[in-house]
Amino acid sequence: MISANAADQIFVTLKHWIVAHVPVLLQTPVSIVVSVGTIVVVFAGLFALTTVFERKGLGRMQNRYGPNRVGPWGVFQPIADALKSLTKEDIVPRAADHVVHYLAPLALVGVVFLSYAVLPVGRNMTAVNLDSGVLYFFAVGAATELAVFMAGWSSHNKYSLLGAMRAIAQMISYEIPLILSSVPVIMMSGTLSLVSIVDRQAQTTNGLAHWNVFTPWGLAGFILFMIAATAETNRSPFDLPEGESEIIAGYFIEYSGFKFALFFLAEYLEMFAVSGLGITLFLGGWSAPFAFLGWVPTWLWFFAKLLTLIFGFIWVRGTMPRLRMDQLMNFAWKFMLPMTLIVIVSAAMWRFVTPAMVGPKPLGGVIRWLVCALVILAPYILLARTLGRGHRIAKRTYRFAE
Amino acid sequence: MLGEGIIQGLVETARNFFGSYVEKQRLTTVQYPEDRLPLPEASRVFPFLLYDGTDPEAGLRCVACQICEKECPPRCIHIEKSKDKKPDFVGKPQAYPAVFDIDVSVCMSCQICVEVCPFDAIRMDKVFELSTDDRFRGLLWTKRELAKPNEYYRTIHPVEAAETDERRAKELADARAKAAAAEAAAKARAAASVISAEGSGNGAAVNVAETKVTPP
Repeated sequence: MISANAADQIFVTLKHWIVAHVPVLLQTPVSIVVSVGTIVVVFAGLFALTTVFERKGLGRMQNRYGPNRVGPWGVFQPIADALKSLTKEDIVPRAADHVVHYLAPLALVGVVFLSYAVLPVGRNMTAVNLDSGVLYFFAVGAATELAVFMAGWSSHNKYSLLGAMRAIAQMISYEIPLILSSVPVIMMSGTLSLVSIVDRQAQTTNGLAHWNVFTPWGLAGFILFMIAATAETNRSPFDLPEGESEIIAGYFIEYSGFKFALFFLAEYLEMFAVSGLGITLFLGGWSAPFAFLGWVPTWLWFFAKLLTLIFGFIWVRGTMPRLRMDQLMNFAWKFMLPMTLIVIVSAAMWRFVTPAMVGPKPLGGVIRWLVCALVILAPYILLARTLGRGHRIAKRTYRFAE
Repeated sequence: MLGEGIIQGLVETARNFFGSYVEKQRLTTVQYPEDRLPLPEASRVFPFLLYDGTDPEAGLRCVACQICEKECPPRCIHIEKSKDKKPDFVGKPQAYPAVFDIDVSVCMSCQICVEVCPFDAIRMDKVFELSTDDRFRGLLWTKRELAKPNEYYRTIHPVEAAETDERRAKELADARAKAAAAEAAAKARAAASVISAEGSGNGAAVNVAETKVTPP
């Protein structure tokens, strides 16, 4: 029987063991290769799993079985998909800018993988512990826009250009609420290092962890963060850049075979990365919610939370139709942006109003929670009312076309 | 309230998702090659030739009248009439098809051949998985592949088969009764002619011979 700590640190120990067996001169490069290789293999494998689970889950939501022909319950479907995309012809349009067209998917996947460098997937399991991890993550995340525009522009196709334009507009608009919703966490933890942010949340009082999501600003911030993340990763209902029914496939319309699969991979990896950041910032990263669950390995916690968020993404995709471009922009600038600013105000209140100031010992905490929640909830209701004015939802009547 | 409809929608899809593991009616797909829905009685796909008894050659109802060949809109039937004759179900000597081919790829399952056949010899089948890897021989069905027993027809189209069987049984009974009556009449006349021949010579005998040639 191995101890809980050994199970938790099993991968760290394994890596140290591997590195210890190579000459001293090669230790640093081998350590890097092992870390990077693990990230690439694990998250690409998770991508393969997610594609089949997404298709099956969406199927169940739409009253049908998903893929169930390849292997037991269709679990080998990703292998069939990979073989198919590898054997397909790689078509490059004659009018395309060949170099940029070739580089775009590589740039996208490369950039997306870079963002995993700072994610703590377990205790002591971070590839690079940067002091400015959050900043690095958002900077690298913004670089995906460049790759998307490279793909859209080099294809020399009006649909891909339209898709790329939409993608740029959407990603830039939603980057602001994405970053602003993570500002309260940075304010409260006083650090930009993702490792320190998780360490802070892993502490417990009375058996309950200090997860940010347990506070009113953290809960609201988490919801806003996930909405912005959905838009940032071009997932349904914010999948306008792809918009199959309007612009066919958007910026990757002129890609076929494995290059298309790379875009697909990048999209999912982006989703995992931004979910991982959401977990790290709000859901306590690799930490257990309750002290008595501390024996569960930390990496297991991280991936359990990641799979839960992925299920959330699939669930939302199975539920909501695609937005219109003006709705998308209105939502970003008229709702998301004010709400994230209000969350920052609420977080400031939480920081400066101590429970002792509002009431006696057990009651003070509850009152502070409720007051801070009201600071978010009241503007939310007012904002919802203002935005909803003049938009009465009714059955449409046709006057002429009956 | 903003977001209310989204929550309602999420509840609906969640109910579908988790319900699909409990309630069968939330997953209506029939997993085709393993599970099949029963075909309706009137479904029809491709014609086949009926035969009575156990021998597909001797019992084949088709008399090679070639009406179906002429009526077939896409001209998928090819018949070659036999030189000799064989008795049909009432015992009358009839021609039979030496060759009877139907091209599966051309047939459009219109059922016109069935409707024009005066001998109840061709009927519509229900087998629809007719694809083959041999696009020449595999798609041209000969007499041997087309011939199916009457029992098979009873299993696939019970109502129609019962009606046909009843009609054919009546036809057979009528033919037998007629034959018996003709035989009786012939006997009676033969007896009478024998009596009259004794009296008036061979004029009546010619009459008897005529009535034998053309049965009433």
